Amino acid sequence: MWRKLSEIISVEHLAYSYPGPEGTEGGSNGCGKSTLAKHFNSILLPCGGKVYVCGMDTSREDLVMAVRRRVGMVFQNPDNQIVANVVEEDVAFGPENLGIASPEIRRRVDNALKQVDMYNYREHAPHLLSGGQKQRVAIAGIIAMEPRCIVLDEPTAMLDPRGRREVMETVGRLNQEKGITVVLITHHMDEAAKAGRVVVLHRGQVAADGTPRQVFSQPELLHELGLAAPETVELCYELNKEGFSLPLDALEPEECAQILYEAVRSDP
Amino acid sequence: MLKDITLGQYFPGHSPIHRLDPRTKLIGLMGYIVALFVAKSWISYAVMLVFLVTLIRVSSIPPKSIVKGMKPLVMILIFTGVLNLFFTGGETVLLRIWKLTITKEGLTRAIFMMARILMLITGTFLMTFTTSPISLTDGLESLMGPLKKLHMPVHELSMMMCIALRFIPTLIEETDKIMSAQKARGADFETGSLIKRAKALVPILVPLFISAFRRADELATAMECRCYQGGEGRTKMKLLRYTRRDFGAFAVIAALLALIAVLASFGL
Repeated sequence: MWRKLSEIISVEHLAYSYPGPEGTEGGSNGCGKSTLAKHFNSILLPCGGKVYVCGMDTSREDLVMAVRRRVGMVFQNPDNQIVANVVEEDVAFGPENLGIASPEIRRRVDNALKQVDMYNYREHAPHLLSGGQKQRVAIAGIIAMEPRCIVLDEPTAMLDPRGRREVMETVGRLNQEKGITVVLITHHMDEAAKAGRVVVLHRGQVAADGTPRQVFSQPELLHELGLAAPETVELCYELNKEGFSLPLDALEPEECAQILYEAVRSDP
Repeated sequence: MLKDITLGQYFPGHSPIHRLDPRTKLIGLMGYIVALFVAKSWISYAVMLVFLVTLIRVSSIPPKSIVKGMKPLVMILIFTGVLNLFFTGGETVLLRIWKLTITKEGLTRAIFMMARILMLITGTFLMTFTTSPISLTDGLESLMGPLKKLHMPVHELSMMMCIALRFIPTLIEETDKIMSAQKARGADFETGSLIKRAKALVPILVPLFISAFRRADELATAMECRCYQGGEGRTKMKLLRYTRRDFGAFAVIAALLALIAVLASFGL
């Protein structure tokens, strides 16, 4: 049901400079993920090449607002993206900026809050909510603008495991049920494993690109970049070092268990 | 300890006063203050007092919290009372102690001045207690709307107020955290001379300012992502609308002003 990312955002020979320390080992910190993401809605402009959102060039000043209402962005720290001191007022902030009529804003705000399961908190003060709840409010603030695509820049990095689960469930639901394309920037391989397509960045360059199965079945490559594969793949990989010859594309624990079961059974 | 600080304490409720338009309350408060300064006699003060007490009853604000709010003002009250008591000239001397004389005029004046300050502050409290900060900001923005023609940054001012209110609890929390962190590393905030204690605050203020600037930067990006481009072309989810109740309130305030003015013109 969801549209392919390439139909919404297309990148042509993108060149950009990123501030991360040059000598950082591995692909996790300072590899240019956030910098790349900020090119998707004209927060940053490329120093070479072009980024197109729905066919619109992001470097054209007259199209900036049109681009931003199609690609919404959620950041890491939920505290620093909530503007108002009432939840529903904050969700209304985006639509208000778009100049939408008041009854329509009301409808969108209620809708967005229901989609992230925060409708009952609409009159609360944001600073009294938990991290996961705040992040869901931030997501509601973006979907109230009805974008085609949401870019989430490590939305779970500052949350506890419960908040992380809440946010990931919400994001998954928006993608599956509402057909909103999601670009998720993350360090957590288990979050990435749920995606339709995974792109690994290293020093501003694409190091791997494909389905989770294709990308994560190359543990050597990931290790070289300072990343880990999902635990299931790591297990099979370690066992292969000890002389087994297991396939490396099991991303779910059940799958992994099945592979191990068959390996043990066929090996007397 | 810092969590106790509250600004513009708001008591949520559904009394008729709560439900008044914030603009009505602002204009009404101004009318009330004018009436208070026009009042000159026991009768007009009695009228004002009856009016105020009725308002407090209608608003269902616990009188205790109003009294609590008065505490920091006791010194000012005593000061005003004493000054007026001793330094008002008059003919009927009631009491003479050493070089100080208390006249009948002085006594009346002191009572009037203290009553005026008390009623002024109670009236203001009544407004902040029954109006949420955000609707107060909205009301101010709307009332100051005509000043936009004189190139006053009305929208920007109200946006700043709104963001400041939103971030007060966040920054207080942060201050608490930094203080604990510094205490854990042996900082001492409680002992020593005043200058020494003031100096001890520097290691709190520096990180607090740095983090506030970082927050401001992130918030600005998040606001840009949500298509914020100033007050131009912005709509509101909650439109301010005068209802029959507001016209009633205006009528009451106008009647009060007229009554006090008539009383004053008769020298009462």
